[in-house]
Amino acid sequence: MQNTFKIKPSLSFVIWIAIIAAIIAAPSLLPVFRLNLLGRYLSLAIVALGVDLIWGFTGLLSLGQGIFFALGGYCAAMFLQLNSSGDFPNGIPEFFGLYGIQKLPFFWEPFKSSIFTLVAIWLVPTLVAALLGFLVFRNRIKGVYFSILTQAALLVFFNFFNGQQKLINGTNGLKTDVTQLFGQMVGSDSMQRWFFWITALMVVLTWFFARWIVHDRFGNVLIGIRDDEARVRFTGYNPTLFKTIVFAIAGGLAGISGALYTIQSGIVSPQFMTVPFSIEMVIWVAVGGRGTLVGAILGAVIINYAKSLVSEALPASWMFIQGGLFILVVTSLPEGVLGWVQSDGPRNLISRLGIARPISTYPSLEAQGKDEVKP
Amino acid sequence: MNTPLLELQKISVSFEGFLALNDLNLSLNAGELRAVIGPNGAGKTTFLDVITGKVKPTSGNVIFKNTSILGQREHRIARLGIGRKFQSPRIFENLTVNENLALAVSQPKTPLSLLTSNQNEAQRDQIHRLMNIVNLQSKVNIKAGSLSHGQKQWLEIAMLVGQDPDLLLVDEPVAGLTDEETDLTADLLKSLSGDHTVLVIDHDMEFIRRLESPITVLHQGHVLCEGSMEMIQQNPQVIEVYLGQKEEIDQ
Repeated sequence: MQNTFKIKPSLSFVIWIAIIAAIIAAPSLLPVFRLNLLGRYLSLAIVALGVDLIWGFTGLLSLGQGIFFALGGYCAAMFLQLNSSGDFPNGIPEFFGLYGIQKLPFFWEPFKSSIFTLVAIWLVPTLVAALLGFLVFRNRIKGVYFSILTQAALLVFFNFFNGQQKLINGTNGLKTDVTQLFGQMVGSDSMQRWFFWITALMVVLTWFFARWIVHDRFGNVLIGIRDDEARVRFTGYNPTLFKTIVFAIAGGLAGISGALYTIQSGIVSPQFMTVPFSIEMVIWVAVGGRGTLVGAILGAVIINYAKSLVSEALPASWMFIQGGLFILVVTSLPEGVLGWVQSDGPRNLISRLGIARPISTYPSLEAQGKDEVKP
Repeated sequence: MNTPLLELQKISVSFEGFLALNDLNLSLNAGELRAVIGPNGAGKTTFLDVITGKVKPTSGNVIFKNTSILGQREHRIARLGIGRKFQSPRIFENLTVNENLALAVSQPKTPLSLLTSNQNEAQRDQIHRLMNIVNLQSKVNIKAGSLSHGQKQWLEIAMLVGQDPDLLLVDEPVAGLTDEETDLTADLLKSLSGDHTVLVIDHDMEFIRRLESPITVLHQGHVLCEGSMEMIQQNPQVIEVYLGQKEEIDQ
């Protein structure tokens, strides 16, 4: 079962060999600072995979993935803060003292448990996404209206988190780098190395998971919803249910991504819920290749790594480069870099330059074999 | 005959004051093949929209298999056994012929079963059989978007049959087809009736004649008359409706 929106096996294989080799080599080649950056960007690949599922496959352009990303980050940070606040007054995180809070707010309590936290990182954003998605999809809100609605939800969450000093330290966010885990500082080099490995493993697992979601009929229903939702409905499938499920899945992935990003960047704050950040997530997928899962991973990692390198060399120029990249992709590579490579883009480019001969085929001829077609 | 498979009772649909359907009554028996004709704006497509749940009638009732299906959502009605082919072919263009048909024949149509179970032998046979019926065997792994117009029409009909509905609603299946394809489509629909109940909407009189079925003529949202081709052609009201329109077009 082949489909241009799914990658050719040979190309996919080569890319995977390259990715795995890079991941294995990175810890011995890169200084810890760079390794940590790479780890962060790998964690962003997980949220990008979610965006690819809902946007690339199902056609739901969400501009609010930052909500779920931040929720995952806050879950992880709350646990780490509690885990290392034994020495502070009242045994609660230090910042509470600034606002005169003596008692831990009730919703912090369960985050004393590491198992609860590991589940919550995934489950809390999943449930929020499922609820939001169900309400939106049940009322058949689609297209631009859906995008605007998700962005509005993002702003609501941003403002709420920003204003709640007494609950979650408001605009300052929760720091994790000076907290303790297994008796070590979370921000220490050895811990960060571990986080890099965990993140790399999670990216691979997430890819397998996403692949399992889209490889067969379930994924085809998603593509069907993107291309012609009414037809899906009259074929007997309930699009509301499918969309809610895939939106919840993407929310959960965003949560995992946010948690991994938080422990590697040392802080979670409402800045994770700013409008530009959620739009960037869409750009990574658009540039990498919408509907190609590997493209989402490459897009997230490469664009972010380029961002940090460019910003170091030429501060302030990155926004122009990113904007230009997005315009280039939208206008001339609508299926992203990977989609372009896969649809023989490079060969067409070479032939257009006059180096190789153009090959003209008609799709329906391929099934019968080109040899049979003689003028 | 005993109770009909589908019965429309006094259906009226009004779009902001304009009556698209006006007190429409129609019944179909199981296994029947029925053609519905009517000039533009007679309410043919609206009447399919009412049956499939896309449009809610202002008044009246739709009885399918002895129960009212009024107010049910589209996918529920589809699962009850009503399949619909749209006026212009609507297939999943980015999926292959095989994948299109696989979605049609999958049972049950829930997310969980799609994720956890594989296609079984019976479903694969069914897909194979459908492709033989509509002559698309050589296009199994071709994306549906690159099929010709006629092949798309047929793929959609095959998907419809793959849902195994009791009632097939077929809206203008021969629009844009060649004469030969039109004849093949007529034969295909005739062969489907009996096992299924088939309701066909079209303008093309040659095609309708070839179906050799009872005909219902719609005009301004209600049934003008019903009967065989000969009866219809001699009915003065039908002549007036069609000729009246023709003169306008000729001018």
